[in-house]
Amino acid sequence: MLKINDLKVSYGGIEAVKGISFEVPNGQIVTLIGANGAGKSTTLRTIAGLVRPAGGHIQLDGEDITGLSPDKIVSKGITLVPEGRRVFPDLTVLENLRIGAYLRKDSLDSDIKWVYELFPRLQERSWQAAGTLSGGEQQMLAVGRALMSRPKIIMMDEPSLGLAPLVVKGIFEIIREINRQGVTVLLIEQNAYMALHTAHTGYVLETGKITLTGPGKELLRNEDVKRAYLGS
Amino acid sequence: MKKANRTILTGLGAIALLTVVSVGAEALAGSVSGLSIMLAVLKKATVYSLLAVSMNLLNGFTGLFSLGQAGFMLVGAYTYAILTIPVAKRAGVYQYYDGGVVQFSLPEMFSGVLGGTVGPVVGMVAALLVCGALAAFFGWLIGLPVLRLKSDYLAIATLGFAEIMRTFIQFEGFAPLTNGSNTLRQYTTFKHLYPYVIVVGICILLLVLLVNSSYGRAFKAIRDDEIAAEAMGINLAKHKMMSFVISSFFAGVGGGLMAMYTSSVQAKGFTAAMTYEILLMVVIGGIGSITGSILASFLFIGCSEWWLRFLDDSANNIGGMKLLAPGFRMVVFSVIVMIIVLFFRRGIMGSKELPDLFKKRQGKEGTR
Repeated sequence: MLKINDLKVSYGGIEAVKGISFEVPNGQIVTLIGANGAGKSTTLRTIAGLVRPAGGHIQLDGEDITGLSPDKIVSKGITLVPEGRRVFPDLTVLENLRIGAYLRKDSLDSDIKWVYELFPRLQERSWQAAGTLSGGEQQMLAVGRALMSRPKIIMMDEPSLGLAPLVVKGIFEIIREINRQGVTVLLIEQNAYMALHTAHTGYVLETGKITLTGPGKELLRNEDVKRAYLGS
Repeated sequence: MKKANRTILTGLGAIALLTVVSVGAEALAGSVSGLSIMLAVLKKATVYSLLAVSMNLLNGFTGLFSLGQAGFMLVGAYTYAILTIPVAKRAGVYQYYDGGVVQFSLPEMFSGVLGGTVGPVVGMVAALLVCGALAAFFGWLIGLPVLRLKSDYLAIATLGFAEIMRTFIQFEGFAPLTNGSNTLRQYTTFKHLYPYVIVVGICILLLVLLVNSSYGRAFKAIRDDEIAAEAMGINLAKHKMMSFVISSFFAGVGGGLMAMYTSSVQAKGFTAAMTYEILLMVVIGGIGSITGSILASFLFIGCSEWWLRFLDDSANNIGGMKLLAPGFRMVVFSVIVMIIVLFFRRGIMGSKELPDLFKKRQGKEGTR
């Protein structure tokens, strides 16, 4: 279980995250939703170790991982799928996947097979440079690459960004499938409807604070959430 | 792992083949008049190909825009010269400094132990390794502060380092070691072309193996997207330093070979222009292509030193034309470089390697 306690993050004196606490229980899909600038990405980047927190604690299965370097955090079993996909454009699909498992020393064959089973499209494109893939395929690759580190928790930063509705649906199906196979998912999304529909638990983040929490389906029916994020 | 073995075998095969070719070329250059320049060009181009590949590791594969090459070469060249001047000749070389402080010579030391034929070779190779190690040490030292910088700022800082080294080494206080601003000469060198080919070949093979390893993949990931690479658990500082130090090592070895080729060393010669020349080879050959860098080095040196020579000779002017004169060669050369850059935006090879051109894309390695 990932436990965030009173996490504070500042960028050059401006407090982007003002003391948030939430939990990601094992085996669940948890989503943070909120408007632009609410601090969602900052939270994920802090958990991944890319940004140092100004205060608070991050615990993974009872162990304090606050302020560890990104490579330590990946080896503890938390991987980030960064916003905007960020695949390595000049590397082939297969090389991208191998980079995802960079810290592992054991054989990758079964994992590559697993990722190719999840995303048959990637297998077809195995030798293609990642930069030549379509947006949806790049997102699949970004997810597959993160899975190659065999994470306990996969964190996804806006996986639906800039993708066609049908592709977004496919991505969310994959998220559910990955979760069914035992990977815990922490998801942040602007597409609040899809995210809450998929998630077991949702948190609503507003200007650096958590204002609402509850099971995803319940939040979908919440009047405030509807007004602010679902546009009805 | 099988792939690495195959690369080693192919590489060793290529080195063996090139060694035979270079022996043949040397015999040809010796017997046909007018071809003696070919031998010099081949030697120089061989040395430059190592320098270009080592620069490509940094600029092309790791995406670190560094212009410190001449500085590391300088360290290598001086180290080589200082370690291999025969003791008897030191008084003459260091004439203003009582024969200098170093009173041994690696080739001589090794010939004392291993005999007169094997000893000097082992000594020279050992000296080259010291060149690399010292350049790598300087790389590590410089890397500590400057690798925090990115792109142009890194280029400026490393360029500054090279300029500082050039002045530093001529400092009077070090003169008993470096001979101040006087030349170092009369040191032991490879007499033939093939030892250059073997040494450079082995160095480049090592670099190829590095680039194809998982470290090489991490370097390329850093080049493509630093943030994503960091998120995948690649320690940026560690890997950048590794690439920088390794590149410096081979630049140092290249500097030592350069000293052999020129047979005298003076710090004044290691200017920024030398770095730019190598950068030009990397760019023309293709950023991120090892075979491209090698090809470009040979074409570059061949063009600038040999094939365009006739343009400098005013005797070749036809009729009343006064165009051909000493220096005109470089004008034509610059135009050729511009044309290449215009028509091959990504260099001759792009980011492909020579064997890729003969291979079909599909099923290269299956889906292991």
